[in-house]
Amino acid sequence: MIECQDITKTYHTGNVETHVLKGVSFTIKSGEFVAIMGPSGSGKSTLMHILGALDTPTSGTYVLDGQDVSKLTDDELADIRKNKIGFVFQSFNLLSRASVLRNVMLPLVYTGIPKAQRQSDAEHALRAAGLAEDRWQHLSNQLSGGQMQRVAIARALVNNPSIIFADEPTGNLDSRTGEIVLGTFQDLNRQEKHTIILITHEPYVAEHADRIIYIQDGLITRDEKNIQKRLVENHHDH
Amino acid sequence: MTINDIFEETYASLTVNKVRSGLTMLGIVIGIGSVIAMISIGQGAQASIQSSIQSIGSNLLLVMPGAQRGPGVAVSAGRGSAQTLTQEDADAIQTEVMLAKAVAPEISRRYQVTARGTNTNTQITGTVPSYPDVRNIQIDEGAFISDSDVRSLSKVAVLGPATRDDLFGESAEAIGQTVRINKVDFRVIGITKSKGGTGFGNQDDVIFVPLSTAQRFLAGDTYVTTISIQAADESSMTDVQNQVTALLMDRHHISDPTLADFSVLNQADIVATASSITGTFTILLGAIAGISLVVGGIGIMNMMLTTVTERTREIGLRKAIGAKKKDINTQFLSESVMLTFLGGFFGVVLGWLIALVITNFAGIATSVSLTSVALAFGVSAGIGIVFGYYPARRAAGLNPIEALRYE
Repeated sequence: MIECQDITKTYHTGNVETHVLKGVSFTIKSGEFVAIMGPSGSGKSTLMHILGALDTPTSGTYVLDGQDVSKLTDDELADIRKNKIGFVFQSFNLLSRASVLRNVMLPLVYTGIPKAQRQSDAEHALRAAGLAEDRWQHLSNQLSGGQMQRVAIARALVNNPSIIFADEPTGNLDSRTGEIVLGTFQDLNRQEKHTIILITHEPYVAEHADRIIYIQDGLITRDEKNIQKRLVENHHDH
Repeated sequence: MTINDIFEETYASLTVNKVRSGLTMLGIVIGIGSVIAMISIGQGAQASIQSSIQSIGSNLLLVMPGAQRGPGVAVSAGRGSAQTLTQEDADAIQTEVMLAKAVAPEISRRYQVTARGTNTNTQITGTVPSYPDVRNIQIDEGAFISDSDVRSLSKVAVLGPATRDDLFGESAEAIGQTVRINKVDFRVIGITKSKGGTGFGNQDDVIFVPLSTAQRFLAGDTYVTTISIQAADESSMTDVQNQVTALLMDRHHISDPTLADFSVLNQADIVATASSITGTFTILLGAIAGISLVVGGIGIMNMMLTTVTERTREIGLRKAIGAKKKDINTQFLSESVMLTFLGGFFGVVLGWLIALVITNFAGIATSVSLTSVALAFGVSAGIGIVFGYYPARRAAGLNPIEALRYE
């Protein structure tokens, strides 16, 4: 459950002030699949950084699962990210010379979960992300783009987060593979009840979510239910 | 993160670029290796000089003619050039200095020695029966010079094992044979045990003859070149030294100690002087080798900085998935410590091998002590921390958002 109240973010570069977010308020309930859409420079990435506890707002409050996250220190933010948040990035950001399993287990290294359980958690996450079992021992740089993004999704899932943020997850994929990845998010949302926030500039990608928040020049211009949701019949990766 | 996790992450990161890790480690290997090897040479020299000084006797004082000219170098100062000590001085010490357990005057000079067509130039020491006790010499075969030999001016000789080998051949039977010293024939009556001396000349290359015989037939005078005195125990050495000095000044009619025509050397002083010289030598060698260690450390720092830049996105990702500053800091620090620690290990092995090679092929005594090995490990881990600190701090301080965007 995300509650944002009048969030602003201002960057200072020398004497120049840049108002990236100018007062943004909304609520996302758990189990929702929301797309935040806007052109580049609209402030959507900054908003994602704040929602993902990578950054704090200049003013306003951000309450995540009942906890005010807007005034925390770096280490406290790291704890929030560790326990409640999963990230999927446009460029995957996998450790290239590590096996798929090791990549997926990476977040658990910082949690203190015992070794044996990490392995089973990672396997569970990989199954949920739909990566075929014969790939699990591969090095991540031996995989195709779609497979890499599935590993990244599994990595985001492995600590069982409240919210998964997907930042342009299809940006580096061809349209067919992108479609499959979006289908995976839909499955995770529908079957596993994960809260998913998709950040994109493409209307087509945003239309895979249940709700679309349009953002422009640091302000929300529209926030509405997506009436023509594109459903992907997911056929797991081959 | 558990210790195990840190270890695994470190291992995984270092093996990603094995060649680079190996080359960086090589700097530390060479640094530690040369420190170990150099210190082993210094300590080996120290040990061999000390044992060579100890082997000339225990609780020993040496009275020599000529003034003492500063520490250490006076061991041979004025020897042979000044003739001030006599047999009577030695007898006086024997009777008047109660704490002197044994007194052995000697006259030492080098002469040409021949036997059955072989010939050598060696040190001839004319002395008395108490000499073996004072100077820690043992008889291997036959007997040493006796009182009656000294009284009757017998032309008998006791050979050091090296001299025996030179004159009669390796381990040949020499007792009863004749050696000719300075055109005088001597009968061999004994062979001393080898002391294996190195450093201050070879103590096995010597011929002992009765003092009286040497004075009469070889030197032609009644002076002695050294009086060796064995003190009763270590604590009485200073007393003996003072008493001997007072006695001899009185006998030589000298009132000002700075004008004394003899010097009394304390074995402990010689050991201390030699130790301080070899200690300085060891520090010098170690310091030169230490420079290469610092260079190796800078190599580590350079590599770690490159690594931090290359892995900026990885650091960003780790932070995004919940790594704290401390976690990143620990990870990078442990990478550099692991490099230097492994480097230290191989460096110790390398240094030890170098020391072995030096001992076996150059014949220089070396000694790899546990302390220097422990020190090397401590220093290498310390270098890892010192030179890894800045790169690790830089990694830990990265902003996750910027790190993730880094191209």
